[in-house]
Amino acid sequence: MQNSKLKIIETNKLNLFYGAFHALIDVNLQVKPRMITGLIGPSGCGKSTLLRVFNRMNDLIDGVKISGSVKFENKEILSDAIDLITLRKRIGMVFQRPNPFPLTIFENVAYGLRIHGEGSRLVLDEAVQKSLTAVLLWDELKDKLSLSALELSLEQQQRLCIARLLAVTPDLLLMDEPCSSLDPLATMRIEELMNELKKEYTIIIVTHNMQQAARVSQECGFMLLGELVEFGDTKQIFTAPRDKRTDDYITGRYG
Amino acid sequence: MKRPFEFIIEKLVLISGLASIIFVVLIFVFLLKEGLSLFGQENLWGFLFGQNWYPISDPPQFGILPLILGSFLVTLGAIIIAVPLGLASAIYVAEVAPSGIRDVLKTGIELLAAIPSIVLGFIGIVTLAPFLKNVFHLSSGLTALAGSIMLAFMAMPTIVSIIEDSIVSVPKSYKEGSLALGATRWQTIYRVILPAASSGILAAIMLGIGRVVGETMAVLMITGNAAVMPTSFLQPVRTLTATVAAEMGEAVAGSGHYYALFAIGIVLFVISFAINLLADWFLHRGKKKRKKR
Ligand SMILES: Nc1ncnc2c1ncn2[C@@H]1O[C@H](COP(=O)(O)OP(=O)(O)OP(=O)(O)O)[C@@H](O)[C@H]1O
Ligand SMILES: [Mg+2]
Repeated sequence: MQNSKLKIIETNKLNLFYGAFHALIDVNLQVKPRMITGLIGPSGCGKSTLLRVFNRMNDLIDGVKISGSVKFENKEILSDAIDLITLRKRIGMVFQRPNPFPLTIFENVAYGLRIHGEGSRLVLDEAVQKSLTAVLLWDELKDKLSLSALELSLEQQQRLCIARLLAVTPDLLLMDEPCSSLDPLATMRIEELMNELKKEYTIIIVTHNMQQAARVSQECGFMLLGELVEFGDTKQIFTAPRDKRTDDYITGRYG
Repeated sequence: MKRPFEFIIEKLVLISGLASIIFVVLIFVFLLKEGLSLFGQENLWGFLFGQNWYPISDPPQFGILPLILGSFLVTLGAIIIAVPLGLASAIYVAEVAPSGIRDVLKTGIELLAAIPSIVLGFIGIVTLAPFLKNVFHLSSGLTALAGSIMLAFMAMPTIVSIIEDSIVSVPKSYKEGSLALGATRWQTIYRVILPAASSGILAAIMLGIGRVVGETMAVLMITGNAAVMPTSFLQPVRTLTATVAAEMGEAVAGSGHYYALFAIGIVLFVISFAINLLADWFLHRGKKKRKKR
């Protein structure tokens, strides 16, 4: 892969320790733009940890040590010189449990713009409409923008959280089990949304659900005990895995 | 068949539980009986809004408006000082301080709560009052402002610890969501955490007010004790509580003065009750909001 345009994220010998616990071991990963990359693996293997490296959310945890290199669009992001605010503006994150703020629907979507200094009502109005339209909530909610976001259904809340990210026009969306608190129908609709979004955004999704990874992702990585065991084309991973451990996992011989 | 030992324990617990209710009822009945007797010789309007408190002149005048305003002024001042300070320290303790400093601060705040009010009162007399006297060129530093400052110290521990609790119990996911969008720590505190903790903050303010309104000894010592209509913070005032404390000893049982002091007790009771009710309502509302998630 000589052409650096073909990867938006590249990690090299990435290691992460929680105190003495070695949570990521020599992870080498390349994520290509404008597609969905899945990360699967049993509970506790380090999927969330890896995802949180990309927007430096692990900085919030005491005692985390990281070594190696992580490049976002060819810029090293583990360096102290990186501006976290800009980085997190460009790399948005969707959490496992929808976490809209206890503010109105409008203010939730406008939040990102406001904190980055946008005050013009016109700009905000337009961004809110555009973002909610992108997550297919606009028609449902356009008359309820001043309602508290906590009144929405879980699926709507998760869509709102995605809209909240889109408003600041990120390049990369990190999704940590975005459907795990949703029912199957809502899950399906969020997956459709992801398929729509990948035309303009790069998405990395962590999921417990192998069918989901198989359905939505184009490339996929399997993690086990902190290692990225195998990474490649999703079809290949699910039909002809190269590593015995991947095979065991996707055929259900692991927990 | 229950064992006799358990039977006895059970009844003892029941009696203790009932005792507190019985005491409250008895106190309330006594307070009402004595306090309401005043209204044979004074009407309610004259009592609450009369501007003269001359309980032992002839004829006596039982207007408590100067006392109500005295309490109000001292409380207002204390809250104006204590709430911003308390809010700031709670934010610092809950969100900013590294854990070592946090523990020291929390201990300090608890110690502040442990200082007897009389000690604060005489420290106020010997340090604060002369200081205020010099700064504002007054004839005496014993003023409403002195009372407000001392009471602010007393209310701080309550205010800080309740606000801190409510900040800490804001779901962590809000904070993560905000930081992950690129917000700074201050933006996150100001735009997400404080609004989410607002019920707790209001409750803390209410309970702080309750603490201040009910305080007696320190205000008795430090506010200058003049039962006149207050017009400024730099003037001696007298609060409802200080009046009762100062005059109960000399009031002749069964006299109008005596009943008037009990009637002040009723007024204080109503104020405290209302404040506690409000605080409770805010706390409850906060819990309900959170449960919805
Ligand atoms: N803050 C922390 N301090 C110490 N250890 C942690 C911390 N967070 C996670 N770990 C450990 O690191 C390992 C990886 O955790 P991580 O949350 O990344 O796993 P995961 O693959 O996302 O699991 P799940 O599928 O259950 O979400 C686990 O063994 C976990 O116990
Ligand atoms: Mg996880």
